[in-house]
Amino acid sequence: MGSLSNGHSIDIKFTKLFINGQFVDSVSGKTFETIDPRTGDVIASVAEATKEDVDAAVQAARHAFDSGPWPRMSGSERGRILMKWADLIDQHTEEIATLDTMDAGKLFQFCKMEVPSVANMLRYYAGAADKIHGEVLKTAGKFHAYTLLEPIGVVGHIIPWNFPSSLFFTKVSPSLAAGCTMVVKPAEQTPLSALFYAHLAKLAGIPDGVLNVVPGFGKIAGSAVSSHMDIDKVSFTGSTQTGREVMQAAAKSNLKQVSLELGGKSPLIVFDDADVDTAAQLALIGILFNKGEVCVAGSRVFVQEGIYDEFEKKLVEKAKAWVVGDPFEPNVQQGPQVDKRQFEKILSYIEHGKREGATLLTGGKAIGNKGYYIEPTIFANVKEDMLIAKDEIFGPVMALSKFKTMEEAIERANNTTYGLAAGIVTKNIDIANTVSRSVRAGMIWVNCYFIFEHDIPFGGYKASGFGKDYGMEALHKYLQVKSVVTPIYNSPWH
Amino acid sequence: MAARRLSSLVSRSLASSLLQSPGRTCGRWSNLSRFSTAAAVQELITPQVQISYTQHLINGKFVDAASGKTFPAYDPRSGEVIAYVAEGDAEDINRAVSAARKAFDEGPWPKMTAYERSRILLRFADLVEKHSNELAALETWNNGKPFEQALMSELPMFVRLFHYYAGWADKIHGLTVPGDGNYHIQVLHEPIGVAGQIIPWNFPLLMFAWKVGPALACGNTIVLKTAEQTPLTALYVAQLLHEAGLPPGVLNVVSGYGPTAGAPLVAHMDVDKLAFTGSTETGKVVLELAARSNLKPVTLELGGKSPFIVFDDADVDKAVELAHFALFFNQGQCCCAGSRTFVHERIYDEFLEKAKARAMRRIVGDPFKKGVEQGPQIDVEQFEKVLRYIRSGKESNATLECGGARIGSKGFFIEPTVFSNVKDDMLIAQDEIFGPVQSILKFKDIDEVIKRANETRYGLAAGVFTKNGDTANRMMRALKVGTVWINCFDVFDAAIPFGGYKMSGIGREKGIYSLNNYLQVKAVVSPLKNPAWI
Repeated sequence: MGSLSNGHSIDIKFTKLFINGQFVDSVSGKTFETIDPRTGDVIASVAEATKEDVDAAVQAARHAFDSGPWPRMSGSERGRILMKWADLIDQHTEEIATLDTMDAGKLFQFCKMEVPSVANMLRYYAGAADKIHGEVLKTAGKFHAYTLLEPIGVVGHIIPWNFPSSLFFTKVSPSLAAGCTMVVKPAEQTPLSALFYAHLAKLAGIPDGVLNVVPGFGKIAGSAVSSHMDIDKVSFTGSTQTGREVMQAAAKSNLKQVSLELGGKSPLIVFDDADVDTAAQLALIGILFNKGEVCVAGSRVFVQEGIYDEFEKKLVEKAKAWVVGDPFEPNVQQGPQVDKRQFEKILSYIEHGKREGATLLTGGKAIGNKGYYIEPTIFANVKEDMLIAKDEIFGPVMALSKFKTMEEAIERANNTTYGLAAGIVTKNIDIANTVSRSVRAGMIWVNCYFIFEHDIPFGGYKASGFGKDYGMEALHKYLQVKSVVTPIYNSPWH
Repeated sequence: MAARRLSSLVSRSLASSLLQSPGRTCGRWSNLSRFSTAAAVQELITPQVQISYTQHLINGKFVDAASGKTFPAYDPRSGEVIAYVAEGDAEDINRAVSAARKAFDEGPWPKMTAYERSRILLRFADLVEKHSNELAALETWNNGKPFEQALMSELPMFVRLFHYYAGWADKIHGLTVPGDGNYHIQVLHEPIGVAGQIIPWNFPLLMFAWKVGPALACGNTIVLKTAEQTPLTALYVAQLLHEAGLPPGVLNVVSGYGPTAGAPLVAHMDVDKLAFTGSTETGKVVLELAARSNLKPVTLELGGKSPFIVFDDADVDKAVELAHFALFFNQGQCCCAGSRTFVHERIYDEFLEKAKARAMRRIVGDPFKKGVEQGPQIDVEQFEKVLRYIRSGKESNATLECGGARIGSKGFFIEPTVFSNVKDDMLIAQDEIFGPVQSILKFKDIDEVIKRANETRYGLAAGVFTKNGDTANRMMRALKVGTVWINCFDVFDAAIPFGGYKMSGIGREKGIYSLNNYLQVKAVVSPLKNPAWI
């Protein structure tokens, strides 16, 4: 029983591996501790998957794919089951939101919105399951040809800790709709909601073996997934460094297909014609939302010189008014970083920033002496060769700088190894259109930020990865295209 | 005459169970003597449902006709009146269109997010599922189709259709388009506005779903005119749709006759789109009225004289059973009925004998009775028309193999009827009979059968029975029809587009194609300054 502030308490029901429809201990009997980042206290001990467990999970998924009902039932039948799963999730919003807040330090108010939104995402893909269309093709010769879009097989999903619920369903929903079976490795920091979802999946009628969840560590369980000879596709969301390892493991094992959603250093570009107050608010949310633990965080803010001073002043005022504290408190805007390692990493980047000569406008320190809280931090006069302008910090640390012309802003926005997202704030349609096409990133938000929707594909350019999540696009990551060709005689048309 | 449309899971449930034992003898049905209708009609089973809704549904409220008039709805088993229903005319249509217009121009429906629309459609599907028994009973009572067919295949298909369209609502994609020059080009798919929809009596609920599902998913508002023979179930489900959260004015249902209620809807200057399912004759009038009024775009699902072609390599027993099903299903009241059964000469005699035997085993009776395969025709007009065609067949010297007469003295029951030696120029081989009358024709080779199959003004569907892949591939391209079923028939699913070539209609319903009927396409072009690429 975890005891929480504000009267929240929760019984942690699921801490074992979920394999072939059963909650089981790990083969080794090993467990690991999942921590409450508000205090550093242990929430629960969770079964730790090692290679043997991943093997068992893959075997179950393989069997479910090769001989089970899931890929053999119609898309509409799969859709009905996913709809039921969504309804069950809606019935457990509070409980699951509590798990995510405890496990990840996320705002409870946010998690209570996030959980229904994952149910909605499931419904989106439930409605997509019967809309996967191949094509009948034009041939130069006298042939009849068409494509079949087949489920790719057994999928390995490796998901991060910053949005344990959203990212679980970002991966699981389209692959289930496509008819795949899967092994999901949640992040070791946040295994609890994934296990709860697995329990509900079984209640909804997802057949045993279709969805397996194996909590554990990247180096052990994650690497067993990405190097497995019997997994047909690995889908990874996480750091760029780990993404490289996943891709290498795939290359060295069975050349399984890979999709990667990795890091970012996304620019938010504010032009002179913007409403300064709105733009400052957008920039603030862009870096502080979810404590900056967001792959698309607007961590480089470029502001045109005409409004720079006013913008900077408003931004700092807003940052100082930002409330950091226990994420269960309704007035709190920012909880603790997810764990000690992240916490220390962010503080060391802040030190780098100071040493490299950026101007610290506000923040820069840890808060309190318990848990992993960090002040909203803004650096100005950030130069492009500084570490804080190049690396993904994954914390509440903004790199602010000034620009003169649109061309300069585009050039500097693109001067990064990443290409995940970008924001543009302007009233000018020509600027909006030109910058939208010029920034090499997978998602452009014009006069908004963080707009994720089920129907809007999302994924990176460059070292931010490849393959799209969301939308009908995401289905294609989990489908094989098979062409079928046969001669046709005496056809009245070609 | 209004008309048609087919179901569904039929080929998976009813049909497959039928197909498993094509050689089934009378023994299994020994408690039901052949053509036992007379007895059945005398002791009609009382339907387990109340008739609660008989008024128009306009702007979210049930209202009487402006004129105060009503018309009778009948039980085709007996010809007796089961309810009096508000009779719509031009004034009711005006009121309904004005409600739909306001709901489109000012109401929340097109303005809410597609996901919210989709949730309302899903809730509606759940409600229909809960009311399946009453709805199926009402459908059978007013239409005469077997209750088991309504309950076990049509109601689940109705639910399936709304799940399907709910899933489309949030996936309607416009395009961005490459410009030949420095332009940024987008294509918006916008709801078209107020849709007028006219549906037939042969599948009242399924036709409701085919029309209303895509129109609502796309964000339109609707004025629906039901067939005068079958006004009841549409009112029932429309009420459930409002219970599920549909805002008032989005779906308005007006009951009435074609010339007095249908025509003013079709000719209305404030209706942006018209969709009609019915006879080819009426379809022509609809298109003309649309042309004369405001040039509203029209989709038409009309009649058919669909060929069912059996090659000599086919499994004869299966082909016989499926050809029987293709024609007799729903009392033969299907627009896509396989009403010209072409059989290769090498298997013709065997086929004919078995087809006749199968027709003679068909169980006709009270459609509420378990095991009954065929109920009464919809009304006296259809009943007499079918009997006229049977006379015409006899007079033109086709061989009447079985059936040909009325059953009993009450209601509109007709014996399953098979003609052989049917020639292409006979009326029964050319006209849509829309009744339980199978015409069997002989052919020699593939070229001949392609030519003859296509020699019709219709082009709705076709069945091809063969084990040969090359034959199947050639036939599927050579037939001028909107649906080709190979070694199956009447396989309907929400995702499969349906519609006709030639005088069988314009446009397609169901599937992704149905959405186009209810969307306007708007291109948006703006210059690009110094784009990184075009």
